[in-house]
Amino acid sequence: MHIAVVLKQVPDLVEELEIDSGGKDIDRSSVKMKLNEFDDHALEQAVLLKEASGAKVTVVAVAAAGIDQALYAAKARGADAALKVDAGGDLLDSRRAASAIAEAIKQLQPDLVLTGVQAADDLFGQTAPYLAAALGWPHVSVVSGVEVAGAKVKVHQEYAGGRMASLELDLPAVLGVQAAPKPPRYVPVSKLRQAMASGALETVSVAPADELSGVAVTALAKPETGRGAEMLAGSAAEVAEKIAALLGERRLVRA
Amino acid sequence: MSKVEPGRTKEEEHLEFEGMDISGHWNRMFEQRVIWEHDTSMLDKVTSLAGAESLGFCYQCGKCTPACPVDLVGDYSPRKIFRKTQTGIDLFTSPDLWLCTTCMNCLRVCPKEVNMISIMPAVREVAVAEGNVPPELQKAFENTFNHGNPLGEPARKRADWVADAGVPVTILPKEKRPVDVLFYVECYWSYHPRGKDAARALARTMVALGVDWGILGHEEKCSCDSQRLAGEKGLFEMIAEQNIATLGKYEFKRMVTSDPHAYNAFRNEYPKLGAEYPVQHYTQFLAPLMGSLPWKRKLDYKVTFHDPCYLGRHNGEYDAPREMIQQIPGLEFIEMFRCKENGYCCGGGGGGMWLDSFTANHTSERLSERRVKEAIETGAEMLVVCCPYEVSRFEDAVKSTGNEGKLLVRDVIELVDEALQ
Repeated sequence: MHIAVVLKQVPDLVEELEIDSGGKDIDRSSVKMKLNEFDDHALEQAVLLKEASGAKVTVVAVAAAGIDQALYAAKARGADAALKVDAGGDLLDSRRAASAIAEAIKQLQPDLVLTGVQAADDLFGQTAPYLAAALGWPHVSVVSGVEVAGAKVKVHQEYAGGRMASLELDLPAVLGVQAAPKPPRYVPVSKLRQAMASGALETVSVAPADELSGVAVTALAKPETGRGAEMLAGSAAEVAEKIAALLGERRLVRA
Repeated sequence: MSKVEPGRTKEEEHLEFEGMDISGHWNRMFEQRVIWEHDTSMLDKVTSLAGAESLGFCYQCGKCTPACPVDLVGDYSPRKIFRKTQTGIDLFTSPDLWLCTTCMNCLRVCPKEVNMISIMPAVREVAVAEGNVPPELQKAFENTFNHGNPLGEPARKRADWVADAGVPVTILPKEKRPVDVLFYVECYWSYHPRGKDAARALARTMVALGVDWGILGHEEKCSCDSQRLAGEKGLFEMIAEQNIATLGKYEFKRMVTSDPHAYNAFRNEYPKLGAEYPVQHYTQFLAPLMGSLPWKRKLDYKVTFHDPCYLGRHNGEYDAPREMIQQIPGLEFIEMFRCKENGYCCGGGGGGMWLDSFTANHTSERLSERRVKEAIETGAEMLVVCCPYEVSRFEDAVKSTGNEGKLLVRDVIELVDEALQ
């Protein structure tokens, strides 16, 4: 069993985001990156599968600034190999990234590909479906629970209203992971340092993807701040009366 | 340990003794078990770790039990840890592993020098490496790794408190110049709202004294002593190396810090990494200067004082904060019955600061809650502290014990500042 986990980093929202002078992207010079939370769960799911029934886990990511740290951390968490995909640019949209990664996956020939269901930066959720389409493999997204059974994989998929589907796919397959059964485990710094000292991040170059994403950012803006809230003072009855009056005055309800 | 072997239990179905019917379980007796009938391999697993050897020295005298602050609110103490481990409890996965605050009161009374300050971090390090970390503590570790502080606040905002200090503060990365005093602000004074109050009070006091001082601004990172004691030695070493490199860029004659844990780190742990600094806790720096402060008013408060474990027991300083309290005009000072060498612990040390819910689930009350009750018993209206962990811990404890309005909590520097205004 060989599992490939596709990772990417997203801006860490601990730092306040600024829009760059072009107005179409955030200012990436001062931004700190962190592993996409759903990819973190995909990695945990892969490591759990490895622990349960034995597997080789390879983490794969588009070569981008700061990605080495995430790949070393993944190795410290239990990944056996790490592969950077150099596609001639580091800010690829989901479609271009998926197409570049699909080339690397074809070379790796894993039995199962896991990635996060979506990422906080674009909330696009298309990496897993694009990958599956490029590879011609079956795909399920919003997965929260994976079990390997011979040449098949059983997964749980969440629906609204607390309903859950149990699905079975032929391997090889691509899964978009919503949540691992356990929270992602801690990586002790000593293990991280060991992983960094052992080096060996492989890089594979693929032809730059020329596919169009079909989505272009025309402008990026911060949410507008409205006027400050108006605090109503007084007893509950007085406040209720003021609210009723305001609703009428501002024509928010019919008298 | 609690396994009952039927063959070794005596129980008479019908028994009368001095007219009393003690049939069945009322007369149940157990045969004694000798220690080698237990699985003692867990003790060997602990004592084979570098730093944890001394757990095996315990001869069960029990002096540590009444001294242990956790035993007072739970079933703990090093003696009990030894006995449980000796009889087969796995300390590496037991909740007991995370309850010790490394306050050092046990070591103070131990005739065998069983050193929990060194045992706990060694065992915790193994647990951390195996991924066995309570989630709250894991978050604090990750925050420290990613942002340089356990609160998960942005590094860039570390010196934001300066803007409201009302006095100029030299931020060394912006204004490169040699200073007399490098003030190591530490995380809670940099980010916690009540900590920032104290940092601003300190800035105004430094200016009133005419001290030539500066801070590291966004380049400062957590000293990481509590993370080390909580079992993340690798994180401590990594951040310490970064701090040492940062400190190496600036010229200063001495270092002063807000935090007894940072003081402990710079005084006792950084030298092991080859970096020695002339360092003082701010109470040690300010106590001799109190006479030259231009006091403006008397403070009419009845106060008591809580000794920080890492200033007092760990580093032997009990006088400096008391000298400050005594020199602030107007204060009436009352000692708590547990003070100085036998001071109680606030519960924040050794990682306890980031194990609040975990500890609360395994004790009858928080250590900080116990302590504010002791402070109120003295008749004082204010609890004075000098550790950045404590203001928020004790203020929360005043609220959670339903004592709101009965006890104020102030950092000693806030009182100095108040008397100067």
